Parts: sequence; structure tokens; C-alpha cells
Amino acid sequence: MLELSKYGLPASTYLLTGGHRGLRWDRMVPVKYMLLIYSNAESWEGLSAEQREGLVRAHESISQELAEQGLLVSAAGLADPITTRTVRVVDDTATTTDGPYAEAKEHLAGFYLVECDDIDQAIGYAARLPDAEYVAVEVRPVMDMSGLEM
Amino acid sequence: MSSFDLLLREQAPQVLSALVRHYGHFDLAEEAVQEALLAAAQQWPEEGVPDNPRGWLIRVGSRRLTDLLRSESARRRREENAAQLAAPEEFVAAGPEIDDPGGRDDTLTLLFLCCHPALSPASQIALTLRAVGGLSTAQIAAAFLVPESTMAQRISRAKRSIKQAGSTFEMPPEAERDERMGAVLHVLYLIFNEGYTASSGTSLHSAELTTEAIRLVRGVRKLLPDDGEVAGLLALMLLTDARRAARTGADGTLIPLAEQDRSKWDRAAIVEGEALVSDALTRTQLGPYQVQAAIAAVHDTAETAEATDWRQIVALYDVLEQLVDNPMVKLNHAVAVGMAIGPKEGLAVLEPLESDDRMNHRLEAVRAHLLEMAGEATAARESYLLAARRTTSVPERHYLQSKADRLA
Repeated sequence: MLELSKYGLPASTYLLTGGHRGLRWDRMVPVKYMLLIYSNAESWEGLSAEQREGLVRAHESISQELAEQGLLVSAAGLADPITTRTVRVVDDTATTTDGPYAEAKEHLAGFYLVECDDIDQAIGYAARLPDAEYVAVEVRPVMDMSGLEM
Repeated sequence: MSSFDLLLREQAPQVLSALVRHYGHFDLAEEAVQEALLAAAQQWPEEGVPDNPRGWLIRVGSRRLTDLLRSESARRRREENAAQLAAPEEFVAAGPEIDDPGGRDDTLTLLFLCCHPALSPASQIALTLRAVGGLSTAQIAAAFLVPESTMAQRISRAKRSIKQAGSTFEMPPEAERDERMGAVLHVLYLIFNEGYTASSGTSLHSAELTTEAIRLVRGVRKLLPDDGEVAGLLALMLLTDARRAARTGADGTLIPLAEQDRSKWDRAAIVEGEALVSDALTRTQLGPYQVQAAIAAVHDTAETAEATDWRQIVALYDVLEQLVDNPMVKLNHAVAVGMAIGPKEGLAVLEPLESDDRMNHRLEAVRAHLLEMAGEATAARESYLLAARRTTSVPERHYLQSKADRLA
């Protein structure tokens, strides 16, 4: 058994000469964030050809930047909701319906999976996605399989 | 890990140091070493390990490096059309016969370079694992669950940043050394944590990171046997890793310290860790890793959870709080006070943390735990549920949810 008293701890003399090296208790390894891009049919259809062209270019350039920084895990655009099927299993039987699960005006149009030091960095990239101007981009941390000793 | 792998990993920093010292060009030298390691991994199992493995690696690495330098200078010539650039012969003139660094060990210099302050922690970790640990980009990418291309970009960006920061291959000046040493230990600590905190699913890769962190910090300790914080960090890792087999159930669920089967703890690691920290505390300057190791030692040497000397742990957290300004320390302090004195007193320690914006879901988890101890089941349950929703860790979420369920 480690006996504190043996070492005279806690003693102010130790504290005065104490080390000053940094220490973090939490994981400091980047967290993965999903940037979820929302859209609606009207907002896309209402764009001019130049605006659409600009949107595509903005995505290309931000993907390239994220890749060069070593932050990009994955990214993709999703096909129009008109092509979506929603699956439900009832009594072991799968049934499908046309269209997305949520009957909202907005639909999920694409995503970026990025690794960032913190959520502020992820928000920074989300704000630069052109879609944030038209509808919205949601930033959500990805759950991971790790846990500190509790 | 095979004996080949281990041999290669031990040689990696020596070979890289020799090349960088001789040629400069950290970025290209690092690439050349990776290729030499790869060649060895392919040839040695078939042809046998050469008599002088390091010499072999240095020879192959330097041959590859001269190729890289040739194409680099050719590229630059094409780009800049400047005749004044060094001719490739100049690099080759030294020939492949580079002196073995012999008795000199440049690993520490290399570590200082990889933990350069111009890099983010994520990049420092990646570069350290590759340049000092000798892991391949694919292995590092697998351990951190990112595509290999992402990790490759991160590593080459890190190398470029070091180049831009104009770092040469030499020990930083005295004034900087302590600070850099802090960064080196921090990076090793993060590598360990990354391996230790990940549980099922990626356990294979993660256990390897933990082993690698311990191997690296052992290496640093060989170079600096009298540094208390190096000893403290090694002790902390050993004392923490000793509990590995007991901290997850068969289904991968998290088992808290108090409920762990202590017969599964690694006795040898505990004995070694306790001896290290006891020795460091008596004769070196006190630092946070030593104090954390001392706390871990108090836990690890208790026969049962009930026998834990919480008063001693409270005293150690008092010391730690003087050394570091970290809300996680205060949280742990509150738990210890709750155990040593009582839950009400523990909750009082939590109060000033309410307004600390560095706080995360663990404040809620600790509050829940203390409320439960105080017999306030309803409030405790609410806190557990809130903490479960706030965490981004799957095992923690399951654990907190099950605590809430038990209070339903």
C-alpha cells in the first residue's frame, strides 16, 4: 500500500516546485462529426444556373480542402427523395412505401463525415457549405465505442 | 506483434535519425524509412534477418532517399528552371555508407521534432506513431478508424508544417526543452488513452496502441531515467492498463472500477507501476503524472473496492488541483470527497463547476452518482438520463442508461 505520509504529501514545499507540464484528462483525439445537409425541392429549383454551378464548385473546393487537411472521412450527395423507399418490418414482413420517412418539406440532401478537434471547427466547415445559405446544415457528433473508466 | 515487427519498430527511430542527421530533409527521409521498413518486412521473413539489421535498413533507406532527393531536385529544377540548385550528385556523394549512430540515441530529438508545437495534437500523434513508432500509415489509419488516404494526408501535412516551421534536427534550446518534453509526454499519454478508452469493435487495434504507448514511454525512460514525470507517466499507464481485462464484460459493456473483478487485474504491472511511482515521489520533482499514478496505485493496491483509502485519494486530488487547472480533476475530486466524507459534501464540490463551460456530460454523470448515494433516487435518475443523452460514447451511454433503469 502506498503510504502518503511516508512522502510527506500533501506538502506545500512540493507544490511550490511542482511541475507545470500540461495535462488533459479527456481524449484529445479528434471526434468525427456528421455535417448533414438539408434541402427542399423549391430551394433547389429556385436557383439560377449560375447559383447551381456555384454550389457545385463550392462543394468541390471544400471537399478538396478537407481532404488536404486530412480531415475528410467521407462525403456524398443523396439522390432526390423521389427515388427514396422507406422500409418497415411488421410481423417479420418487410413493407416499403415510396418517399422519405419524415413528411417534412426539408429532406436530407447529402453529408460530410469529417474529423475535427472540436465542434467549433466542425461548425466552421458547416457554415462554409453553400447549402447553409439556402436551408440548413446540421452538425452532429458521431457516437464512438470508447468510454473512460467510470 | 511478431518479433519482426518489434525489431523493425525498435530500429525505426534510429534509422530515421541517422538519415535526417546525414541528409536533412525530414519529410523525404521519413518516407524513405517507411519504404525500407516495408522492404525488410517483405524480405527478412524469407531471407532471414541480416547480421546488422540497422545497417541494412540505413543502407536501403539512404538509397531510397537519394532517389527521392534526385527526383525532388529534378522536379524543382523543372519548376523553377534554376541551375543554382544542388545537383543530385552532391547528395549522392556521401554514398550509402552512413555511420551508424552507434552509442548515440537520437530518439528523443526525433520525438521533440514530431511533437512540434506547430502541429495539432492529432498530427503529433500520427507523426510520432509513424516516425518513432514505426507503424505504417495503414496501421495508424486503422487504429483511428479513418481511411488510409485521410491519415496519409494528415501525416504529409504534418511533415510540411515541420519543414515550414524551419525545424532542424537538433535538441531544442534548454528553455524550450521542458515545454517540449511536456508535449512529448502528452502525446504518449493521448496515444495510450486512445487505445485504452476504445473498447469492443476495434479492440485489436486499440490494444496495440496501448502497448505501443507503453513501449515508447519505456524508451523515453531509458533515455531519461531520472525524470520523475517520465517515470510517473509509465507508472500511470501500467497501473491503468493492469485493469484492462476487468473493465469490460463479455458483451463489451463498461464495468466501473468499484464492480471490477480484481482477481483479473495484472499483478505484475501493478507491482512495477507502484514501485516506479513510489521511487519517483521520494526523489524527484512532483508533477501531475506522478500524482495521477499515485492515485491509480491507491486504487490498484486496495484488496476490495470498499477497502479503498478514499482519504488518501482526496489528499492526492488536492495536490493535483494545485498542479493543473482542469475541470476533470475537480470532478474526480468531488467523487473522492463523496466517497471519503459523504455525498452532500461531494455535491458541494461540484457546485462551482456548473458555470464552467469546459464541462461535459460527466458533470451530470457525477452528480447522478452522488445524488444516488444521497438516496435522492428521482433526481439521480433524471441526472443519469440526461448524462446518457449527452455522451457520445456508446459504452458510457449503455452504462448510464442501466444506472437510470435500476432507479426506475
